[in-house]
Amino acid sequence: MSNETPALEVTDIHKYFGDLEVLKGISLTAQYGDVISIIGSSGSGKSTFLRCLNLLERPTQGSIRIAGEEMKLRRDKDGQLGAADKKQITRLRAEIGFVFQSFNLWAHMDLMENIIEGPMKVKGISKKAATEKAAELLNKVGLYDRKTHYPSQLSGGQQQRAAIARALAMEPELLLFDEPTSALDPELVGEVLKVMQMLAEEGRTMLVVTHEMGFAREVSSHVMYLHQGQVEEFGPPKDVFENPKSERMKQFISTEL
Amino acid sequence: MNWEEIFLALPKLLDGALLTLELVIISCIVGFVIAIPIALMRSSQNWWIRNIPLIYTFFFRGTPLLVQLFLFYYGAAQFDAVRDSFLWPVLREAYWCALIVFALNTGAYTAEIFRGAIQSIPHGEIEAGIAIGMTKMTLYRRIVIPRALRIAMPSYGNEIILMLKSSALAYTITLFDLTGMTRTIIARNYLAIEMYFTAGVIYLLLTFLFIQVWMRLEKRMLRFQA
Repeated sequence: MSNETPALEVTDIHKYFGDLEVLKGISLTAQYGDVISIIGSSGSGKSTFLRCLNLLERPTQGSIRIAGEEMKLRRDKDGQLGAADKKQITRLRAEIGFVFQSFNLWAHMDLMENIIEGPMKVKGISKKAATEKAAELLNKVGLYDRKTHYPSQLSGGQQQRAAIARALAMEPELLLFDEPTSALDPELVGEVLKVMQMLAEEGRTMLVVTHEMGFAREVSSHVMYLHQGQVEEFGPPKDVFENPKSERMKQFISTEL
Repeated sequence: MNWEEIFLALPKLLDGALLTLELVIISCIVGFVIAIPIALMRSSQNWWIRNIPLIYTFFFRGTPLLVQLFLFYYGAAQFDAVRDSFLWPVLREAYWCALIVFALNTGAYTAEIFRGAIQSIPHGEIEAGIAIGMTKMTLYRRIVIPRALRIAMPSYGNEIILMLKSSALAYTITLFDLTGMTRTIIARNYLAIEMYFTAGVIYLLLTFLFIQVWMRLEKRMLRFQA
């Protein structure tokens, strides 16, 4: 029965910035192998929702389970929910790969160093083992010949692929992508989407905040459409795109496609 | 120009330069060690942690180095408590007073340089460390401090050069550093121009050598910048 434990179970996430409620009770369950695209116009709260999942942003209310394990939360002085158990949150974060819109590679480390950093310093894996694994991953994203390059010497697309390899090196249960192609020049978007599609086909569990409707439609198993902090539409891409129930989703599709 | 007298004075002047170097190197190393925790405290989210070291940096950046030297060397001795304490063997020596004051002074400036550097690290790189599961300690040790030191290098090199020249004030509390030695020799041979000229050249030479070393170090440490 253990393989029926969802990779991620989020219940009733609310988030306030001051008086402004940006997330109004979002729940989501991701089974292993699910690829869920989170779409919506800017300001709909999709990035905030994603960032709540590993507490880069603290939710105001709600609960999060990663692979069946409840994230221990406690109310901070400012009213937001923070990590109650520092050991647990660092361990859970290590199990959640996070890919940022702006890549966020460590500028003072070359690609290889970027990728082995987490496995060595967070998981305590030996340099030799980490380097072998990193070489494999760099090969996979097509950057092995750039392993001694620094991030500033690479294009945006290359940096993002390296950032994906860095996340994979931690062997995460779950991968979160926060608009991974939004900071890229149009001609570089394809190479990153290709890597993501490959990961989806491998059966990895992914949550992808994206404006790439093609990806949402063809690669993902589910699509979640957020509007003003609420789930307006959720289902397989076919249903969501071809038979949208809500008026807003219809409007959104007509402007995005 | 009396070249012969310059030549005669050279060994003594170089002795003085050696003391200058010793004072600068030791106080910069100690100042560096002080500056890192102070800079981390100064960039904390917590009001108390951020503002308590301000008492220290405000005093040392807000008063002249000369005043600080006098306060420590002449001022401390006014108190019986100091003269009776275990610190007296240290505080009565001009050498130790100069070292302590120089280290605290450069430490205060360096802390503010490092604080600025810490705050200018792109926030995304810190988030990447948090997201990958780093503890605060690992994050500081592996990302924040190494990144900040690199950002700070150009201004920190400048601070070390300033310290080299500020160390000339050591003569005011009886030390025979390069400046102190120069003044002593002038008191004997009355060749103020020649002796100050030579001392100036030696200071220039020291600065020149330091800049060479520092530029090489910068090139190595900052090679990640395209």
